[in-house]
Amino acid sequence: MTLKDIAIKNLMRRKGKAFFVLAGLVIGVATVVGIISFIEAMTRDINHKLEKFGANILIVPETKNLPLVYGGMNLGGVSFEAREIDQSGLSEIRTIKNAANIAAVGPVVLGTVVIEGKKVLMAGIDFDATHVLKPWWEIKGAAPSGSEVIAGADAAETLNLSVNQIISVNGELLRVAGILASTGSQDDHLVFTALPVAQNLLNKKGVVSMVEVAALCNACPIDEMVNQISGKLPGARTMAIQQVVKGRMETLGQFTRFSYLISGIVVVIGGMIVLVTFMGSVRERTREIGIFRAIGFRKKHVMGMTFMEAGILSVLGGIIGYGLGFGATWIGAGVLSEGLSKMVAFDLTLAVGALSLAVIVGLAASAYPAFMAAQMDPNQALQTL
Amino acid sequence: MNQIVVENIVKTYGTGDSQFTAVADMSFQVAPGEFVGVMGESGAGKSTLLSILGALNAPTSGRYRVDDIDVYGLSREKQADFRREFLGFVFQNFQLVPYLTVLENVMLPLTTCSLKRREKKEMATRALETVGLMEKAGHLPTAISGGEKERTAVARAIVNEPPIILADEPTGNLDTRNTGEIMTLLRDLNKKGATIIMVTHSRACARYADRIMTIADGRLLPAINRVKPAHQDPVKRVG
Repeated sequence: MTLKDIAIKNLMRRKGKAFFVLAGLVIGVATVVGIISFIEAMTRDINHKLEKFGANILIVPETKNLPLVYGGMNLGGVSFEAREIDQSGLSEIRTIKNAANIAAVGPVVLGTVVIEGKKVLMAGIDFDATHVLKPWWEIKGAAPSGSEVIAGADAAETLNLSVNQIISVNGELLRVAGILASTGSQDDHLVFTALPVAQNLLNKKGVVSMVEVAALCNACPIDEMVNQISGKLPGARTMAIQQVVKGRMETLGQFTRFSYLISGIVVVIGGMIVLVTFMGSVRERTREIGIFRAIGFRKKHVMGMTFMEAGILSVLGGIIGYGLGFGATWIGAGVLSEGLSKMVAFDLTLAVGALSLAVIVGLAASAYPAFMAAQMDPNQALQTL
Repeated sequence: MNQIVVENIVKTYGTGDSQFTAVADMSFQVAPGEFVGVMGESGAGKSTLLSILGALNAPTSGRYRVDDIDVYGLSREKQADFRREFLGFVFQNFQLVPYLTVLENVMLPLTTCSLKRREKKEMATRALETVGLMEKAGHLPTAISGGEKERTAVARAIVNEPPIILADEPTGNLDTRNTGEIMTLLRDLNKKGATIIMVTHSRACARYADRIMTIADGRLLPAINRVKPAHQDPVKRVG
């Protein structure tokens, strides 16, 4: 016979009250777990989608002039040919503190070439990096290798190019390996070839016009990464393409703050349920507590029994609450979007946090009733002796 | 040893005009192994006196000592320890915990002791054997008779072998047969060395005591010393 045995027997005897306390804790914990799991799943989903958007950091040559470009119309100003970035320094990008967050680095050299008598903008790129940087590209034909090119949809149409056609570029004969499906972007107007080929054709060996970087945004501080890259490439200007990211993250942040507020209110209500139920229980058990005190239980023993009851229910509440919250999120996310449900993952930290939250709320809410029980005058409690 | 010494105990309740004196300047001693009956009308102060002796109700003034221990000079927590180690209570109306079995109720005073579960069970079993209730060990209090509940209460009072047993109307809710059994039980415990102080309304029960203290209006009347009958059961004799 121990204090724990008495606590368990009392819980078993007062099943209704125990269930009520458990329900309060389960609802509180499940709400918090559900909201946090949902927010985490949404964050993962947004990051996953953002990663699909391709490059989110752009490195361009440093210039003190403003670009005079609007809506795709270049009205003069600084030409991209004015300055270039030294290619040999690009390996430094992979040495930044958040290097693990870099998915791909795509150097680009730009320049005008003459194809079939017409001036065309040519881009020399790293095709391996382009798979990550521009995952939406669809090439009719084959990916280029060696001295081959691929043409943007508009460029192909304007130049009347077809797959496997041999074309003259600045006097060099190159084969059209593929034609890009229309992307709706400036890529449609360009002709692409491998970086060394373009550098050779444009007479820009060892330099690049810009660098596109794809950073994995999940838990990566993109602003910090921009600063880190800027530190490595002092002669270049590094920018984050973050309007979309910021917009989505701000919306998510507002939703997160609102959700945490709701969670806090639910947890407080759960705590109040525990407090009120335990106060009622202590009043009901006045005589029992009198007996315990009269036969030699110390105040700490009486408090200990109350805390044990609260602790047992809290642990149960934490486990059930986590399961319920996780399950509800998984089902809810599945209803909203199949992709979102795949982002709902078991999180050990959240599970431990949920259990800790339940125990803290349970013990904190039962502290006052436990104190009241311990303070009870055994003589008055018994009302017999 | 366990000599009980009460010196000029006063217990008052309330203040001003509503002040009421439950125990007025009471002094007496109880020798180790003595069986004392406390009698008096309802409201005379018997139960208040017993609660003071039980370290449950601090007197307004006066001293209460057991051997060299000034009981109310102890902290509240030490008083709890004193109750656990020195006293066994037999409460009025049994005061059993309804959701614990008979055996578990008897084990209650051992709950906070640093004994192994097996040892606690052995001690509770011995106490139940002493009161002849082993066959009801697994029953809940709701499933046993009034006499059995009282015997459970006695077993709980003696389980940790305290030197002093305080009993408040232990037979108040029992019929004649059960009253006789409980009083015989208390007398046997007394023979084994326990000091017993028993509050009772019943003259028949009081005759089991070595000495009867009568209280009226919170004051102790002159003592009556008795010689216990050797061969007759006072309950049966007086009815």
